[in-house]
Amino acid sequence: MAVRVTEVGTLGRDAAAARGGAWLVRRVTARQPTFVAGLLALALVVASGVLAPAWWTGDPLQMKPAQRLQPPSAVRWFGSDHFGRDVYSRTLYGARISLTVGAAVAVVSLALGTALGLVIGFYRRLDTIMMRVMDGLMAIPAILLALALMAMMRGSVRNVVVALVIPEIPRVIRLVRASVLSLREHTMVEAARALGVGTPRILLRYILPALVAPLVVQATYICASAILFEAYLSFLGAGTPPHIPSWGNMMAEGKTYVQLAFWIILFPGLFLALTVLAINLVGDGLRDLLDVRG
Amino acid sequence: MLAEVLRRLGATIPVMGVVAIAVFALLHVTPGDPAVIIAGDYATTDDIARIRTRLGLDQPFHAQVAIWLGRIVRGDLGTSIFSGLPVSTLIGQRAATTAWLTLFAMLISVGVGVPIGVLAAWRKGSWLDRGVMMFAVSGFSMPTFWLGFILVYVFAVTAGWLPVQGYQPLAAGLWPFLRHLILPAVTLSVVYMALIARMTRASMLGVLDEDYIRTAFAKGLAPRRVLVRHALKNASLPVVTIIGIGFALLIGGAVVTESVFALPGLGRLTVDAIVRRDYPVIQGVLLVVSGVYVLINLVVDVLYVVLDPRIRY
Repeated sequence: MAVRVTEVGTLGRDAAAARGGAWLVRRVTARQPTFVAGLLALALVVASGVLAPAWWTGDPLQMKPAQRLQPPSAVRWFGSDHFGRDVYSRTLYGARISLTVGAAVAVVSLALGTALGLVIGFYRRLDTIMMRVMDGLMAIPAILLALALMAMMRGSVRNVVVALVIPEIPRVIRLVRASVLSLREHTMVEAARALGVGTPRILLRYILPALVAPLVVQATYICASAILFEAYLSFLGAGTPPHIPSWGNMMAEGKTYVQLAFWIILFPGLFLALTVLAINLVGDGLRDLLDVRG
Repeated sequence: MLAEVLRRLGATIPVMGVVAIAVFALLHVTPGDPAVIIAGDYATTDDIARIRTRLGLDQPFHAQVAIWLGRIVRGDLGTSIFSGLPVSTLIGQRAATTAWLTLFAMLISVGVGVPIGVLAAWRKGSWLDRGVMMFAVSGFSMPTFWLGFILVYVFAVTAGWLPVQGYQPLAAGLWPFLRHLILPAVTLSVVYMALIARMTRASMLGVLDEDYIRTAFAKGLAPRRVLVRHALKNASLPVVTIIGIGFALLIGGAVVTESVFALPGLGRLTVDAIVRRDYPVIQGVLLVVSGVYVLINLVVDVLYVVLDPRIRY
């Protein structure tokens, strides 16, 4: 197990340089088939969202009241909803919202959490108090905290990102702080100190690079859960504004028609599950390839 | 031991203090006047003034925090703006439904998640193992409410075996009560089951390499006995930890599940309160649910000693 990880992880870099990129691709595919599958599925979802107009979609907002609740057919692949809007077009455009929210939440919470975690981990006096505060914040279930935050803000994509970032930050801080605590005692930090390197420089040049691998893995998990949470918030009526075709909104509208038009809820949910699954598989694969523990 | 339990109970006080202050601060972190936000778009100036006085928003911030903390210590969670009833009464009315739902979901997920995790670890690399791992990662990727609708469509709309939604209290008879809870509990259990199966497998893999497991197999013990008595017992600490930590997932899922199945629980109370901007109710639910979460993890800490006598207080 340990040997396998080293082969692809560290030795792999030099070996790949010598034997070319194609070799590395073959190697990773053989060792981590689920990682490659996840990567391909994710690429497909990104492509369908970004290039939505090119995939034979129509206007996702156009209402055709005469064609309400039509089942899937050769003309309307995923059927139509209660306003006669095309579910296929809406599902593909919906990928844009989910991927934007997922990526934004991952980037913002990692940036803020890492900055705070580095500082808190390095200054012992701050550490004790701040970790008590973090314990308290993490005791509030994330989805409830996000819901409560949304109750105090107007529904917009930006506010959904804010509401999902806040519960995530203490978790990132915890992760960064734990790594800083162990790295702080490392010989390289001691040596840097002896050379007269200042604390900000130690944090940025010595400790931060060692954190990149676990943070990249964490980013995938945050992204996956943010996409799920956006759907939960929209489904409960406290997320993205209803006029935007997000997967959560589509399912929220479709819930009244479960018995009549099951496809309204089926297809956005399938795409959502596929996207989150793909991101989770990529995360698991990266964790093994980059040899990140826990 | 008792002294240690009490000491740990004491250690939850600062945590709950932070929760209380955070829940209170929620009202103030967002830009704008909280009274205006709560009053909604169609409020008159009088409405806003009334809400401001009722919530104590006309006082300085530190005074508001002190009043809020003082009320919580006395068990007073305030009054609902919408219904005029005490928040503690509202929570009391709804708590039983959510408690039953989460209890059943927990039983199902532990009852299925632990055995499949053990089997996957025992037959590592087999199709059984891959199947369990695939289920675990998929279960973790599905939106709970979507799974709920699929189950409703298959078992209630198409097959007609179970009710589509609704709730019957235990007083209405055991079968009507269970019938209404089966689909919601199964729906809610899947994420948690996936988490437990994954953790059980990982923890068992660590233990199964140990010498005493080989010895146990070598002396001819039945695999079932080795797996349960020798391996699972020693692999159970991380599993119990994840059961405690994952409880937050269960609560979050319950909010959504109750919405799908129209169960009159805390989740519905919260969602209704959010639509009506009934802030005291939202704060009360957050506080109570977080308190339950902290207590459950306290119980988990104490369970460590029961499971592993090497840990001493």
